[in-house]
Amino acid sequence: MDRAQALHALAATRWRVAISLSIGMLAIYFGFILLVAFNKPLLATILTKGLSLGILLGASVIVLAWVLVLIYVRWANGTYDNRIRELRG
Amino acid sequence: MGAETNSIAIVFFFLFIALTLGITYWAAKKTKTASEYFAAGRSITGFQNGLALAGDYMSAASFLGIAGIVALNGFDGLIYSTGWLVGWPIIVFLLAEPIRNLGKYTFTDVVAYRLQQKPVRIATAIGTLIVVLTYLIGQMVGAGTLIKLLFNLDYTTAVVIVGTVMMIYVLFGGMIATTWVQIIKAGLLLGGASIMAILVLAQFHFNPAELFAAASEKYGSKVLEPGTKVVTGAWDAVSLGLALMFGTAGLPHILMRFYTVPDAQQARKSVAWATIWIGAFYLITFILGFGAMVLVGQDAVKAANPGGNMAAPLLAKALAGDMFFGFICAVAFATILAVVAGLTLSGAAALSHDLWVNVVRGGKAPEKEQLAVARMASVILGASAVLLGILFQGQNVAYMVGLTFSIAASANFPSLVLSIFWRPFTTWGAVSAILFGAFGTLLLIYLGPTVQIDLLGPGPKDPAALKAHTDMVMAQWWFFPLKNPALFTMTGSFLVGMLVSLIAPERSASAGFDEVERRAIMGET
Repeated sequence: MDRAQALHALAATRWRVAISLSIGMLAIYFGFILLVAFNKPLLATILTKGLSLGILLGASVIVLAWVLVLIYVRWANGTYDNRIRELRG
Repeated sequence: MGAETNSIAIVFFFLFIALTLGITYWAAKKTKTASEYFAAGRSITGFQNGLALAGDYMSAASFLGIAGIVALNGFDGLIYSTGWLVGWPIIVFLLAEPIRNLGKYTFTDVVAYRLQQKPVRIATAIGTLIVVLTYLIGQMVGAGTLIKLLFNLDYTTAVVIVGTVMMIYVLFGGMIATTWVQIIKAGLLLGGASIMAILVLAQFHFNPAELFAAASEKYGSKVLEPGTKVVTGAWDAVSLGLALMFGTAGLPHILMRFYTVPDAQQARKSVAWATIWIGAFYLITFILGFGAMVLVGQDAVKAANPGGNMAAPLLAKALAGDMFFGFICAVAFATILAVVAGLTLSGAAALSHDLWVNVVRGGKAPEKEQLAVARMASVILGASAVLLGILFQGQNVAYMVGLTFSIAASANFPSLVLSIFWRPFTTWGAVSAILFGAFGTLLLIYLGPTVQIDLLGPGPKDPAALKAHTDMVMAQWWFFPLKNPALFTMTGSFLVGMLVSLIAPERSASAGFDEVERRAIMGET
């Protein structure tokens, strides 16, 4: 019975990690899209010659997507895979 | 573009065809079982599959199309690029590993795992086939038009060539050949685009900001700001965003790729690599678009093709001459070919594995028969792709991509997520969620501005008539105001699926959830 409970707990942990990171991605992307829809002048701000805030934020969405994936992969390769190995015994 | 056929491009293209047909010959000898045909015998490594996933996803529309939108509009191209990337992390977090652990050849295996096989498989096969066919129409029409533009070949000839070569890959080489075609194409596309970006940036001290500054000097600072090209209304923007994000996570030919790797760890690795490649690709295309804007000029880009599709090839010509131009044209052609092959294979899997083997034959069909049916299904789909391509010639198919992603997000994604993560999900919950998502999307797109105004209206040539038509349509009670319905159809699909499941619980389905939970983590052991 212990093994079944441990498995259930691991499934719950995995779901929490996955859903938190997904919500993070959703927030980042829709934050950007809503700025495009509602605050065009802000995104038009020029930071340095040639670089607008819009371009910086757009590129950041892509970079942050990489960062979130990296966070997930590090967690999964470490903690998660170790727990699976323990469960397999 | 002169009137003569682009001969250097054709030489490069034939080299690509020769190489990939050689691979197909090798793959055909290794393809003896259904597992080899649909899942490359689970022999692809995570890194290789990451490249192949990127290859499946980086269509000619995104390479030529986004570079063109950026060249003509600047910043706005970035809105598409981010939208097309952000679905990938969602696949990494929620789907890749459970799909690999729970299924065999198609994502339908996962949805049907603890439910009644027949109704669920029929419904998901409908979802899959609608997505595959709409995506194929968009790709084939795009292929015919682009090849005409790039090689000066006749539209019908181009569509037939693409259909025939693709069918040879899929028919004889199955998933092994398709995967290696994708890997080679992804390598050529990423390599070619990177070389171009480096050549562009070399003229601006390797500082992108200097490139953007040169563009804003030439065309005004509006190229660095959000315009009105992509985002019209806020709700439209949110709805399109949802479709792009979750549609990616519902594309059958992408989900099918997770079965080609040996285990869940490799599935995770492959989709993480895919996210990196695809993100890099979109950043590179953004540089290429601005490069074309500055070094080729908007007038020259528009003169070659009003939609901007020639921006990237013309940039190649401006940077390194005819040879490189030919190379980039050939890469674009190869790109179309590879994407169409992946789509056809996933449609064939739905027809043969889901419908024939599991519905008609009740899950028991000899290996030989599975293979024969799979090959027959590939031929049927390949022929349909060619026919649809010819049928839709000259039509504006830009809306097809939005349609495809909306259906994928509304029909496939909700039932997939609920089946993996929600215990009370039932057979009829799944069937109603899928059918609501698929047909709700079709209906709302038909009642929306894309069909009622853009397609059925009098067109932009007569502004007064267009305005009168638009006013008339918008006053109808049935008119649906959003171009993209995913906001309603995707959330609706989740709600319908959950509601139907709660109204009529299914004991065996919820009892099976413990096994789903266990197997999603542990795999087959």
